[in-house]
Amino acid sequence: MRRPEFTSSSSSPTDRRLSVLVRHLATSSPVMDSQTTVTFSPTSGFHGDSVFSHVVRAPEDPILGVTVAYNKDPSPVKLNLGVGAYRTEEGKPLVLNVVRKAEQMLVNDRSRVKEYLPIVGLAEFNKLSAKLIFGADSPAIRENRVTTVQCLSGTGSLRVGAEFLARHYHQRSIYIPQPTWGNHPKIFTLSGLSVKTYRYYDPATRGLNFQGLLEDLGSAPSGSIVLLHACAHNPTGVDPTLEQWEQIRQLMRSKALLPFFDSAYQGFASGSLDADAMSVRMFVADGGECFVAQSYAKNMGLYGERVGALSVVCKTADVASKVESQLKLVIRPMFSNPPIHGASIVATILKDRNMYNEWTIELKAMADRIISMRQKLFDALRARGTPGDWSHIIKQIGMFTFTGLNSEQVAFMTREYHIYMTSDGRISMAGLSSKTVPHLADAIHAAVTGMS
Amino acid sequence: MKQNKRSNCNLQGNETNLRDKIVISRKQYQIQRRKRSNKTSEHPHAFQDHFNKLLGGIRFADFPYMSIPTLTSTFVGGEMAIRRAMSGRTAVVGARSMSSWWRSVEPAPKDPILGVTEAFLADPNPDKVNVGVGAYRDDNGKPVVLECVREAERRIAGHLNMEYLPMGGSVKMVEETLKLAYGVNSELIKDKRIAAVQALSGTGACRLFADFQKRFRPDSQIYIPVPTWANHHNIWRDAHVPQKTYHYYHPESRGLDFAAMMDDIKNAPNGSFFLLHACAHNPTGVDPSEEQWREISHEFKVKGHFAFFDMAYQGFASGDPERDAKSIRIFLEDGHYFGIAQSYAKNMGLYGQRVGCLSVLCEDEKQAVAVKSQLQQLARPMYSNPPVHGALIVSTILSDPDLKKVWLKEVKVMADRIIGMRTALRGNLEKLGSPLSWQHITNQIGMFCYSGLTPEQVDRLTNEFHIYMTRNGRISMAGVTTGNVEYLATAIHEVTKSASTC
Repeated sequence: MRRPEFTSSSSSPTDRRLSVLVRHLATSSPVMDSQTTVTFSPTSGFHGDSVFSHVVRAPEDPILGVTVAYNKDPSPVKLNLGVGAYRTEEGKPLVLNVVRKAEQMLVNDRSRVKEYLPIVGLAEFNKLSAKLIFGADSPAIRENRVTTVQCLSGTGSLRVGAEFLARHYHQRSIYIPQPTWGNHPKIFTLSGLSVKTYRYYDPATRGLNFQGLLEDLGSAPSGSIVLLHACAHNPTGVDPTLEQWEQIRQLMRSKALLPFFDSAYQGFASGSLDADAMSVRMFVADGGECFVAQSYAKNMGLYGERVGALSVVCKTADVASKVESQLKLVIRPMFSNPPIHGASIVATILKDRNMYNEWTIELKAMADRIISMRQKLFDALRARGTPGDWSHIIKQIGMFTFTGLNSEQVAFMTREYHIYMTSDGRISMAGLSSKTVPHLADAIHAAVTGMS
Repeated sequence: MKQNKRSNCNLQGNETNLRDKIVISRKQYQIQRRKRSNKTSEHPHAFQDHFNKLLGGIRFADFPYMSIPTLTSTFVGGEMAIRRAMSGRTAVVGARSMSSWWRSVEPAPKDPILGVTEAFLADPNPDKVNVGVGAYRDDNGKPVVLECVREAERRIAGHLNMEYLPMGGSVKMVEETLKLAYGVNSELIKDKRIAAVQALSGTGACRLFADFQKRFRPDSQIYIPVPTWANHHNIWRDAHVPQKTYHYYHPESRGLDFAAMMDDIKNAPNGSFFLLHACAHNPTGVDPSEEQWREISHEFKVKGHFAFFDMAYQGFASGDPERDAKSIRIFLEDGHYFGIAQSYAKNMGLYGQRVGCLSVLCEDEKQAVAVKSQLQQLARPMYSNPPVHGALIVSTILSDPDLKKVWLKEVKVMADRIIGMRTALRGNLEKLGSPLSWQHITNQIGMFCYSGLTPEQVDRLTNEFHIYMTRNGRISMAGVTTGNVEYLATAIHEVTKSASTC
């Protein structure tokens, strides 16, 4: 009898139960024999099968697979617009000067040790991160109503928060925008939450489907969790205006919907750390509760160091302290305590006035380069007379642009012009430079005019 | 009209009272109110300033539609407007939910191991001794950063970027790590039969395996030795894998209860999953002998059991990494497919860097590719990809023969110091004329000694002598120094001399 196939997408409880039944029905199932000899045993040497021989290969990650394909391409004009990592005008990854400085300070300090951090991470880092997102004068911080725990970048912060919610919150549904970062649904599903969606992107306008958003959130059961991108929505680059944020806030508070912010681009979107935190601060200002996942991957260029924080804003300090103790129980069996290196770099920078200022300048330079790429691309398309309204390129914000190109057009651009992007038409502006904008504009033009 | 409990709004008051009583941010505003008590009529924009601060300095005028600015803009307009606002909707301050969503969240119990260090740090007594922490200390009681690590960090800093690692982590680091566990010239590595990913130290490797076990062998359970590192139970519980236990420690002899352990192995259903400590069992320090490992391996073959090794102390136990991997090599010889969690926390002193590796031995390269891809699928929604810094340190050291030699020497120094402290502690106790047998101190191996002290005796050690250890009587030998070993022996003697058994 053929063993059932397992892929990551088919590991539903039903599938698993079926597979158990199938194995028990199999006539040669080794586990049914009680006094077997060596040859029938599942793990006995090279004679038997591995207990994991039924495992099939998982599909390539759709985002990371783009880089894999790009690397294989020998063309000299190839362009990688898939990766969500900042590149310089020369197309190189960037380590911020202030980060290098901080690293050197750490290396040279012989008094530093590599001991375990506490379960909740580096205390200084946690405090500074909370101040960064909520504002130095945030009443929630002053009243000790915020608990912040260091986690593994944005992904880790979302996962720890979601696991906590699945254990302690009365509602198991989380509403995520459509579309959203591909990893979001996986994180929440694995945590034990049930994922639902709310309308967000309007392909017709390439902007926000605000009516749809309000309707969907309005019809969500009271108390549901709602995932919000704090700024620079990934993948669309479409953000609500402040007026729209206020309406969202009122609606959510009136229905007691719990906000869970994913803040991966603070400072990177507009160039201003405070402006990019506005949505979060509005929700905190009304005294209500919320979750915030922060990442330093992009805005400090610390990608591989996995630095992030989860903050939970509570009604009272007492509750915040209890919540923190329960967050520790989520963290301990996951990774015990977080990695020290990246958090030390962040803390070194944030607590030093000069280094902080240096950082804001370097951050603004990155954001400005992206904004100028947007303008250049828009101008280039206009100059070519490419049909269609391309103003969304300069209206959208952050690292990504949702071009509106369909998957055939994307495939065409890859084939003919060696341009690599995700098949949903998302391009990473960070991967563009003044030199390569014309090539991209040509490709888009050809795709749009050459195909129906 | 809904009474907003959080506001002290008294609508019968005059304008000044009303302004005083509006509570948006209760404490903050109260502080400011007291300051402004005589000046309220001169500060029509006081509220606005207050909110400017709340919002981190963003100018108010930018947001005409916020309900809070609505309140204050009407405030600026006049108090009558405020009465209107307050009397109507209470849309402002967390209006609907008067209390927290987390009110019913219970405070979690303190971690039994990490709580010991907290208590130690809080103790002002100058003679205090911390033998609770599972982290190496030198003979001055100080944490150590290995020289090979310092050198590796010097080479790394300033030269490499911080791009994302692949989901499976640093390929180079994983390769070197497999050589340590499976042997430098292992055919299995050459044949690419090992599915391996970088993990978040030992904890992360165990957790990833537990999640993998749940997903692909959902009907399985895990057999865990008694006792074991407390977090093992948490890990498999959070992965929703049911747990059973097997006999391990023999309190009377303070050694291995081999007969009972073999019974449990024989009585478990065929094809059960077992957690084994590869060397330097935590917390007991009691390891099977080589002959016993061979018997265990044979019985596993008969029963078709799956062995999952937690190897957190390779090199740290005997001083020789090859010797410490003996149990794994025996299982390799016998042809098992098994899994290993490896950690560099102790043997490279990289505790806070969280560097480790999970490997699963497979039938062939194709299966290894499949298993690795599935492990990555589990890592992606947990942390996407593992931290790069610690992995770079490891691969820098292990791929440079000279640096690797330095590391091996430093590991031996650490292990030897611990072995020396074991001898010293036992010697001191015997010199004091203790009626009890302390043989187990030198029989046991690795960082920990399962002293046999009862919780009450441990409490006495803490309260009377300021000696901190976990209440199961586990002593971290790493915390013992030539400076405190006599004091420790004296204290232990004190609390045990009247006991006939310990």
